[in-house]
Amino acid sequence: MVDKVLKGNGLYWGWLTLLLMIMGAGAIAYLVQFNYGLGATGMSRDVTWGIYISQFTFLVGVAAGGLMLVLPYYLHDYKSFGRITLLGEFMAIAAVIMCLMFIIADLGQPMRAMNVILHPSPNSMLFYDMIVLNGYLFLNVLCGFVVLSSEYRGIKYPNWVKPFIYLSIPWAISIHTVTAFLYCGLPGRHFWLTAVLAPRFLASAFAAGPALLLVIALIMKRTANFDVGQTAKDKLVTIIGYAAIINFFLLGCEVFVGYYSNIPGHMHTLDYLFFGLVDHSTGVMHNNLVPFMRASVAMGILGIIMLFIARRQKSDAMLATSCILIFVAFWIDKGLGLVLGGFVPTPMEHIVEYVPTVVELTVTAGVWSTGFFILTLLYKLVVAVKRDSEANLKVS
Amino acid sequence: MDNRRRKFLKLAGLTAAAGVAVPMLGSRAQAVSGHGAAPAAHGNDGHEAAPTGVRQGLVIDSGKFHDNPGLAEKCQKVCHDYHNVPKFPNSKDEIKWIWTDKFPNVFPDHSHYKKDARLSAMNILALCNHCDNPPCVRACPTGATFKNSDGVVMMDFHRCIGCRFCMAACPYGARSFNWRSPRGSENGKPFIKNYNQEFPSRMRGVVEKCSLCSWRTKQGKDPLCVEEANKGVEGAMVFGDLNDPHSEISQILRQRFTIQRKPSLGTKPSIFYII
Repeated sequence: MVDKVLKGNGLYWGWLTLLLMIMGAGAIAYLVQFNYGLGATGMSRDVTWGIYISQFTFLVGVAAGGLMLVLPYYLHDYKSFGRITLLGEFMAIAAVIMCLMFIIADLGQPMRAMNVILHPSPNSMLFYDMIVLNGYLFLNVLCGFVVLSSEYRGIKYPNWVKPFIYLSIPWAISIHTVTAFLYCGLPGRHFWLTAVLAPRFLASAFAAGPALLLVIALIMKRTANFDVGQTAKDKLVTIIGYAAIINFFLLGCEVFVGYYSNIPGHMHTLDYLFFGLVDHSTGVMHNNLVPFMRASVAMGILGIIMLFIARRQKSDAMLATSCILIFVAFWIDKGLGLVLGGFVPTPMEHIVEYVPTVVELTVTAGVWSTGFFILTLLYKLVVAVKRDSEANLKVS
Repeated sequence: MDNRRRKFLKLAGLTAAAGVAVPMLGSRAQAVSGHGAAPAAHGNDGHEAAPTGVRQGLVIDSGKFHDNPGLAEKCQKVCHDYHNVPKFPNSKDEIKWIWTDKFPNVFPDHSHYKKDARLSAMNILALCNHCDNPPCVRACPTGATFKNSDGVVMMDFHRCIGCRFCMAACPYGARSFNWRSPRGSENGKPFIKNYNQEFPSRMRGVVEKCSLCSWRTKQGKDPLCVEEANKGVEGAMVFGDLNDPHSEISQILRQRFTIQRKPSLGTKPSIFYII
């Protein structure tokens, strides 16, 4: 079965080569960071987490987003998702691997990472994050490959795997909930200290994950002649659209609580992200995330509108554009604003801004490329197996 | 409601201690006692339980520092020199254990619109609060930061994995990270100017902070900053056991009006300020 990834056209090999080159650059950049220390990044005493942890947070969402494809198929026997459920499970595998790589990249002493297991600390949310992320990876590898190999052999997946599939559904919720708990349980960080953080994480995840999947599905329709089907696409539009709307509703709740209560701590970070914030001890205006955050809101709303128009007009090009808009909008929201914004202002009410370095961006690109590399191989496998099994069905 | 939450926390704490290390059991028992406004967990009568064990703390008389310019800087120098705290050319790499800032920055919750000239001009000493209920210890995934039996929040530099969760968790900005090796140098200038052989320097990739000179206080001495401050003005800083009603610090706390940093967060700082 695995040999199927070794057969491909020039585009396939060209894409893999490109990814390998970026992965190589990322590995070199990581060596630079490993030898110098995390000072090679733009992080500082005041902004202690940067683009690594923000990518990690966003990608946990992408992984959890796979749930939206798994749940209808296995729990509600929604047959139209037959061709994309496995894609959802395999997207989760690639996303969790990226998450783990970003965590390792962010550690000051990566060689001591196993201390989390050697000295388990159930009081720390990071302890639970380790359990749920690795557990989710295990569940998706197990379920994904058992289901795929059954399909390869032309049989239905065995019953023993069903409990694992059912377990993976609440587990997907747990990974993003625990990731939100990393932030929203910290006293003194007002922007993160909100009970809607976990729900909002899930809403944006259930939009961004399926949006990425739909874009990839549309690309595969053109490059691999693999069509997930109109019904599945239409259903995904509903899922992505409503999840994205719920995310904006929750963002609106945050804005209301902050500005109507008029409590400075609740307004500071929102001010910083959307309007810019003046440091009162220096009089300097800080606003380097404002263009990104405003673009994020605009792209998100535009994406939602276009998404439903695209479905009515049955336009794949417009569908892809709207999904990209939503994905990028939520990437900015969670992959930049949420983590970086939370550190502004500092606990001593100063404003310190963060700008990632070239080393940091190269490592980040390397990790993303690794994720897409794994995703490409897995999807190649799924497409080949699906095509074989469907051809066999027609013959018989 | 509060009692139920406390019971849950205690249970969680016990589970934690059982999984981590035996010494933590002792400190966990302390974590629910001590100074603060929240009702204690013992019994359902809502009365605060008598504090048990030792809890080291400080009173800082900010007025005395204000009247003696330069004294706070001396305290910082003696601390940073002894503990091999490096000086980096780039401010983003900064490491500090004790430092000064303006009143609205050290006490953002206490700051108000019309401050008198003295308060506005004041530079207030800031350092680790050695909270009775430390969020950093709760956040640490390896037990590398922990509460000692004397209430002091400590760092195990050899266990720290450098995830910096504690830095995000600390509401006082008291923690620093070794973004690069403090043992190195740039343009021929070492980051640690005069290396003190009596105290270990750290390696890159770990978090560090004030330890309230636990290595000295174990021998019955005052922390270095306290000793230095009192050389300048007697009573500028007082160190002692907050749980001992007869200690000098307890007597001062009974007599004087003091404030803590961000008391609303429930961390129960062990550092008190006379303004």
